[in-house]
Amino acid sequence: MTTVDSSNATPEVAVDPNAVSVTINGKVVAARKGEMIIAAADRTDDFIPRFCYHPRMEPVGMCRQCLVEVVGPRGPMMVVSCMTPVADGQVVNTETEGVKKAQEGVLELLLANHPLDCPVCDKGGECPLQDQAFSHGPGESRFVEEKRHYEKPIAISENVYLDRERCILCDRCTRFADEVAGDALISFTSRGNNTQVMTFPDEPFSSYFSGNTVQICPVGALTAKPYRFKARPWDIEHVESTCTTCSVGCRTVVQSSRDELVRYQGVDSQPVNWGWLCDKGRFNFESINSKDRLTTPLIKDASGNLSATSWSVAIDSAARMLRTALTVSPQSVAFIGGARGTNEDAFAWAQLANALGVDSRDSQMADGLPPQVFSLPQATIADIDTAKTIILLAPDLKEELPVLYLRVRHAAEKRAGRVVEVSPRATGLAGKAWKKVHVEPGKTAAALRALATDAAFTAQLASGSVVVIVGRMNLAESEESVVHALAEVLHMAPHATVLPVLRRGNVRGAITAGLTPRNGGKSTAEILEAAAAGKIECLVLLGADPLSDVPDADLARRGISGARNIIAIDTFITQSSALADIVLPAAAYGEKEGTTTNVEGRISNVAQSITPVGTSRPDWMIAVELGTATSHDLGVASYNELHAAMISGVREFAPAVDTHAVQHDGVIVAHPTPITLTRTDSASSERNSYDYRAVVSRKLYDNAIGTAKSPSLATLGETSAVIVNPLDVPRIGAQVGESVRVTSPRGSIALPLHESVDVLRGTAWLPINLGGSDVRELLDVAKDVIDLKIEKMS
Amino acid sequence: MTTAIRYPHATGFVAGDRPKIVTSRFEHADSFTLERFLSTGGYAGLRKALGRVATDVHEEVKSATVLGRGGAGFPAGTKWGLTPQQVFPKYLVVNGDESEPGTYKDRLLMERDPHQLIEGCLIACYAAGLSQCFLYIRGEMALAQERVATALNEAYAAGYVGKNILGSKFSVDIVLHWGAGAYVVGEETALIESLEGNRGMPRLKPPFFPAANGLYGQPTIVNNVETLANLPWLMVNGSEAYTAIGTKTSPGTRMVAVSGHVKNPGVFEIINGTTTFRDLLYGAEFCGGIRNDNELKAFVPGGGSAPWFTADQLDLPFEASQVGPAGSMLGSGAIMVMDSTTDIPAAALTLTHFYAHESCGKCTPCREGGTWLERILTRIVEGTGTEADLQQILEVGAMICPGDFPHASNEKLGLTAVPFPYKMTTICFVGPSAFAPLHSAITLFRSEFEARLVKRISIPVTAVSTTSKVLASQ
Repeated sequence: MTTVDSSNATPEVAVDPNAVSVTINGKVVAARKGEMIIAAADRTDDFIPRFCYHPRMEPVGMCRQCLVEVVGPRGPMMVVSCMTPVADGQVVNTETEGVKKAQEGVLELLLANHPLDCPVCDKGGECPLQDQAFSHGPGESRFVEEKRHYEKPIAISENVYLDRERCILCDRCTRFADEVAGDALISFTSRGNNTQVMTFPDEPFSSYFSGNTVQICPVGALTAKPYRFKARPWDIEHVESTCTTCSVGCRTVVQSSRDELVRYQGVDSQPVNWGWLCDKGRFNFESINSKDRLTTPLIKDASGNLSATSWSVAIDSAARMLRTALTVSPQSVAFIGGARGTNEDAFAWAQLANALGVDSRDSQMADGLPPQVFSLPQATIADIDTAKTIILLAPDLKEELPVLYLRVRHAAEKRAGRVVEVSPRATGLAGKAWKKVHVEPGKTAAALRALATDAAFTAQLASGSVVVIVGRMNLAESEESVVHALAEVLHMAPHATVLPVLRRGNVRGAITAGLTPRNGGKSTAEILEAAAAGKIECLVLLGADPLSDVPDADLARRGISGARNIIAIDTFITQSSALADIVLPAAAYGEKEGTTTNVEGRISNVAQSITPVGTSRPDWMIAVELGTATSHDLGVASYNELHAAMISGVREFAPAVDTHAVQHDGVIVAHPTPITLTRTDSASSERNSYDYRAVVSRKLYDNAIGTAKSPSLATLGETSAVIVNPLDVPRIGAQVGESVRVTSPRGSIALPLHESVDVLRGTAWLPINLGGSDVRELLDVAKDVIDLKIEKMS
Repeated sequence: MTTAIRYPHATGFVAGDRPKIVTSRFEHADSFTLERFLSTGGYAGLRKALGRVATDVHEEVKSATVLGRGGAGFPAGTKWGLTPQQVFPKYLVVNGDESEPGTYKDRLLMERDPHQLIEGCLIACYAAGLSQCFLYIRGEMALAQERVATALNEAYAAGYVGKNILGSKFSVDIVLHWGAGAYVVGEETALIESLEGNRGMPRLKPPFFPAANGLYGQPTIVNNVETLANLPWLMVNGSEAYTAIGTKTSPGTRMVAVSGHVKNPGVFEIINGTTTFRDLLYGAEFCGGIRNDNELKAFVPGGGSAPWFTADQLDLPFEASQVGPAGSMLGSGAIMVMDSTTDIPAAALTLTHFYAHESCGKCTPCREGGTWLERILTRIVEGTGTEADLQQILEVGAMICPGDFPHASNEKLGLTAVPFPYKMTTICFVGPSAFAPLHSAITLFRSEFEARLVKRISIPVTAVSTTSKVLASQ
């Protein structure tokens, strides 16, 4: 007979020291120390009404709507559940008579001065004030006085309008602007019953993130120009999707009404965007509705002009062009682009390239990084939250990957990790950086190598996990220099993980799907060089516009004019597609379904919300048809077949088999076996006789087609300028604002002179792709660094 | 062995017997100068404190039970002990944003004896281990700002403030900050927000208990001006001498500011705990009775936020443990007296208007409710209110303060007292404060409101029939 010792019978469960249990309306709820009552209650069926509380911001206890009773030693106490943390054994009642009365009281007070102009309010139908007045309000008002009146609405920025009569002063927008975005440009003014949200005098609420305040406004006080009076919430179709404006891959809800896109809203996806979007991503749906969209195939007629034609003629002509070129040699055919489409689009075009034997395909525009960076140990966006050290070896995240900027800013703000900024100029995160390594182009790797002797720095690296965010911080500096710098960092911190930030929407997906040179095929720069030399018979542009995207105007010009034939697949007539022989209209974002891959390799879905404009078709369909027309059957006849073929055909995409995950938070690509980078002694590039080393980077609002074709965004961009350190201005001898001549070995342009302390002495910062003179005239992708001469114009 | 100092009960003692702890220099015209301060024992308390171990000084203050004079009456020594042990730096913030209606005692302390305050700050910093002091003076108090600034410069120059004070290892800096004119900044967390450069709005406690998480997120002691002004005397004379004055629970003296319908309004230093309201209002050495020997109608016992008392409560002493159960509070020591000629609804409107105007706008019930109360009351005072409006005031008030609101007992009306404090739906006391005077006024003087209401007019039958004929013909 055996005896069972009961104390050994159950395995020991580690007790979580932070676990507490509270009783809410008689139901026991598991919670964690530090959590607020309202957050714990959200896991039950009992809804506590709220206006100011937002799970992604610090609680403020402003609206008093979430009052509940907590049973204390002196009987039930009325507390705000958004600011009262849970405690073990706490008893909370949210539905007693006292609570009901208090909540009804607050709602009556909130409605007292609210104009109740719901019939003409954009928020009507999706309004937390309306809904909660219905569910938790007293049903009638005893307020018989005249309501507060203000001019309505007033524009607080180009795109955001404020109606102070509707405002219930919940502090959400003002907290967001200060806490999350770091643009504290709106605040409360006046007091008492006259308290109102306002901008500072002569300073508009020009934040890259202003649209979020509209989304989180619990009433119709903040409205966004692009959506005002466009639709009623009950007439809107919603599909969950992923934004592909940049490569952060924010989760969104794409909303359409009457088969037209009307709005994007951020979805709170824990691993990616926490509900936030940047204004560029939020408002550029306007470009998809643009009247300038291509609706029909175009073909060059006898007089050399593009004129409308049918798909059958266009496909036949394109196939003939490809076949003719292939008879010369497969090396004379090249594909550029593909980073703007879905994974499936890229996969279909890669399959076509494979079938045709085209090895020269590149989805990067000579402004990216070698695909090997994806084979380094990879970091996810969420790793930023827990990293002890975040090394920015990257472009200004605020300008290029805005929502990623919010994530890094949050980590620095919460002192979760320390930010090390390695950059040729101060970026948007400089104020949050623990250490700033500002170094002139060409000397980054050497500067990092020197840091190895900095005891505080090495101790910081050794203190825990390190995430290196790496990208092209300067388009006038070669990609090799970035790789060299990265190698130095990884040498100092071998345990570091890498987040490669290539900025185009689905560039990582396109590379993974195969739109990257193989078997000795050419890169974009090499393709253009070959075309300039007359060696490209047929150049296919997959949503690519080398004339405005390649940071070397001369090369792009020579390449495009040297290619014998050009087939462009595009949504608009761009500088490059205007010169094509055949232009095939592509379905745009929101008009097709598929998946996309973000910076961290997260695959998530993009959804179709509206019918493609005109006769435009998804890129993948065009690839399949061209395959058929060139006698290369790609073996797929539908999107679903293509998607399945992609998952089974590309090892990295295999995790996308989890359809549910792909349609929500996404899945991370399967990583290849990690490689290690070897350090090389990069030849330090000596200066030529010119004085200023060029730093070229992008601004959020530039001439990109999605921005230029969105009326609400098109006016927000600045114009080109050359920006130097204030101490360098006297040396130039020109006044700030004056036009100066900027000369590189490649070319010479006139630009207004600006000054900024963010720029290092002896360097000049030139934002690219803006209105005004074209900075790309100065650039040469073949050079490691570009030196400039800046002269006062006579 | 010290001989216990005994003071007679406040009634009937002669002026010379009255101990002066904080107003001892007020009689001198140059009381604010360093010269006068030093010649009257100034900075002796600091010297004495610095000669002792800091914890001893803290113990001394603790055993003296120096009650906070800002309103809540929490013992200063105990408050100092609430900061976490190993977190540095800790700060002292001096609440000189005295703005409770009727209160003007701290202003006099700052104007007439700024060095005493500075000395008190230094003793507090030494005793409680606080490394920097921030002196926040109300924006409207120009003379106080000037006097304190001058005194501080003198004190710095003479080595009383700054590095190695009086040759000791103790160093502390005092930073002056002037408010921009907001009542709510008298609330300690709002004051901290304002000091940090933000809009003055209260923070919720928890988590923002200043002792743990105050100015710039550091442990912070917020003390009232008068509280600190007590410390020099206490250091020189010891806690036994201090507790010998007043009662065990309310030792020492306290300053009260009397305004309104008395013969001799002003600031008086009275013995804590034993002096009654009758002593103060009718005593010859204090207010000397009601003006024109009128009858007393009502008085506010502790600042504009306090529920009102009537003659029934005159014999209550200045003792929180008795005033609270009686339905009001001692608050900031401001007594406002209303004689029989007072228009009660208008008086209530004055106070309610103040609180509605001074709401910071943060909490909905205060922001919306305060103004709503004011507007209803305005109608009544102007003679266009109705019976329903009177009821409405109480209902709106209940949205700010659910449950029974404290009020005094009244024999004539047959009321029994509802003890202080109230429940509230707002973060700070500004919201309930808008309702407090109104509730008192309506509870104690309802008939005066009713007299103003619009009476129902009975319409003659002929008029009605004419109207219906007109309507019928249309």
